[in-house]
Amino acid sequence: METVLIAKNITKSFSKGINALNKVSFTLVKGKVLVIMGPSGSGKSTLIRTINGLETFDEGELNVLGIKIDSNIDERKIKKIRRRVGMVFQQFNLFPHLTILENITLAPINVQKRQQTEAEEFGMYLLSQMGIDSHAKKYPNQLSGGEQQRVAIVRALALKPELLLFDEPTSALDPERINEVLDAMRNLANQGMTMVVVTHEIDFAKEVSDKVLFLDNGKVIEISSPDIFFSNASHERSRKFLNQLDKN
Amino acid sequence: MRLNIKFFLQIVLILILIIFVWIILNNLSINLSRTGIGFDFYWLSKPAGFSLAEKPLRYSPSDTYAWALFIGWINSLKVIFLSLIFATFIGILIGFARLNKNSFIGLISAGYITVIRQTPLLLQLMFWYFVGFLNLRNNNFLNFNQIINFSVQGIDLFGIKFSSEFSALLFGLSIFSSAFIAEVIRGGILSVPFGQWEAFRSLGLSERTGFIKIIIPQALPAFIPGLTSQYLNLAKNSTLAIAVGYSDIYAINDTIINQTGRAIECFIILLSSFLILNLLITNIMGLINKLIISSRK
Repeated sequence: METVLIAKNITKSFSKGINALNKVSFTLVKGKVLVIMGPSGSGKSTLIRTINGLETFDEGELNVLGIKIDSNIDERKIKKIRRRVGMVFQQFNLFPHLTILENITLAPINVQKRQQTEAEEFGMYLLSQMGIDSHAKKYPNQLSGGEQQRVAIVRALALKPELLLFDEPTSALDPERINEVLDAMRNLANQGMTMVVVTHEIDFAKEVSDKVLFLDNGKVIEISSPDIFFSNASHERSRKFLNQLDKN
Repeated sequence: MRLNIKFFLQIVLILILIIFVWIILNNLSINLSRTGIGFDFYWLSKPAGFSLAEKPLRYSPSDTYAWALFIGWINSLKVIFLSLIFATFIGILIGFARLNKNSFIGLISAGYITVIRQTPLLLQLMFWYFVGFLNLRNNNFLNFNQIINFSVQGIDLFGIKFSSEFSALLFGLSIFSSAFIAEVIRGGILSVPFGQWEAFRSLGLSERTGFIKIIIPQALPAFIPGLTSQYLNLAKNSTLAIAVGYSDIYAINDTIINQTGRAIECFIILLSSFLILNLLITNIMGLINKLIISSRK
C-alpha cells in the first residue's frame, strides 16, 4: 500500500496564541477517501489548505506524494505539489473572464506545456464524462452552481492529479443541486481517486469514505472508519456534533 | 397627498433656480454696462501684441488673439497628453509595487504615495521648477550620450527641446497624478476576490502567469472609473501651469483678460475648452470600458 499523504504534528497558531491546528497527524493511502468533519471554525479548511501550500504552518511536517514540506516555505516544492494535487473550492472559484473550456485548459497549457488541441480534447472528454460538454463555450456565470462546481472538478482533473482536495464542495449549492456534485465525486472515488474531502454530508461520508477525521478547535478528536464513527463514535464531542447535524 | 407635496417642492426648486440665474445675469449686465466694454467676440481677430515663450507653431505678437489662444490650446494639450501617459506608466508601476506588503519595494512605494498625495500640487510644481530645473546651473546636468540632457534650459531628448517650464509642469503633473493612479490600480487589483488567487495557485500557475492571465483581466473594469476621474483631474490641474510661467490656455486667457478686460468672453472660452476636453476624455474612457467588456463576451 502506497502512502500518499503523511501529516505529522501539524501546528499552526494565530497571533493571539490560539491554535488553528494543534498537533494534527494522519496518513492517507493511495486510492482511499479521507473525510474531514468538524464544527465551523474547527480548522478543517485550514488543514486541507496546508496540503497544497495555500496555508503555511508553524510546526510539524507534511509529506505529500513523497515531497516533504515543513514550516520553512519552499516555493519550488509547493509548486511541485500543486502540479500533482488538484483542489475544488466551496465557492467554485472559476475564472469568470474565461470560457468553461479555457478554464479547464489554462493549467495544462501553461503549467504542463501541453499542446492546445491535446488539452482541449482531454478537457472535452472530461466534460462529457460529467455530462456538461455542451457548456464548453459558455462562461461560468451562464451555468448553475452545480454545473460550475462540476466544471471546477474537471478543471482540477485536467492536470491528471494523484490527489484531489475538496473544501466543502457542496456548501454553496442549492439543496437540489448538491447530489449532482456528490455523484460526480462518488464516481471519482469508485474509479480509485485518492481524495481528501471536507464536508458536512453524512450520507456521502458514510458511503464513500474510508476514514473520517473529526476535528475540533484544531485538535484531532478521533480518526475512525465511517462505520464506527457514525454509529458508535468513541468521543463525547463527536457524538454531540453528529446529533447537531442530524437535527438540521 | 404625497404627490402634491412633491409637485410643490419641484415648483419651489424651479423658482429658486430662476431667481438665481436672474440675479447672476442682472449682475453681469450691470457690470458690463459699467465697464462700457460690451459683450462680443470681434476682438479675437485683433493682433494680440504679446509674445509667447512656448510656441509649437509659428507665432508673433502681430498675430491675432484667436491664434494666441489656439497656441495655448496646443500647449495645454501637449502637457496634458504627455503627463497622462507618464502618470499612467509610473502609476501602474507604483501600484503594482505597493501590493508587496512586506518588501522594501512595497515600503518605498507606500512612502511615495503618502508624500505625493499629502502635499499640494502647487508646491510640487514650484519644487520641480525652482529646485528641479532652475537649479541646474551648468548647462549639462545629466547627459547620457546625447540621448537625453537635463539642464537649466529644460530637457533635450534626441535634439527635441522641452523648456524648463514645460519640463517642470510635466514632472509635477505626472508624479502628482501617478500617486493617485497607483491607488486606483491597487484598489482595482484588490477588488478581485481572493479565491481567484487561490484558484490559480492551486492549479500550479506561477504568480506572474496568474497575475497576468487571471487577476489583471478581472481588475481592468475596476480601473476605468478611477482612471477617468484622475485623468479629468490631471487635465484641470494643468491650469496651474501659470505658476511656473508655462503658456497654456489658462495663462494666455489670463494675459488677454489683463490686456482687454474681456473677462466674460475669456471665461466662456476657458469653460468650453475644458468642457470639450474633459467630455472627450470621459467618452474615450467610456469607449475603452466598452471594449474591455465586449472582449469578454
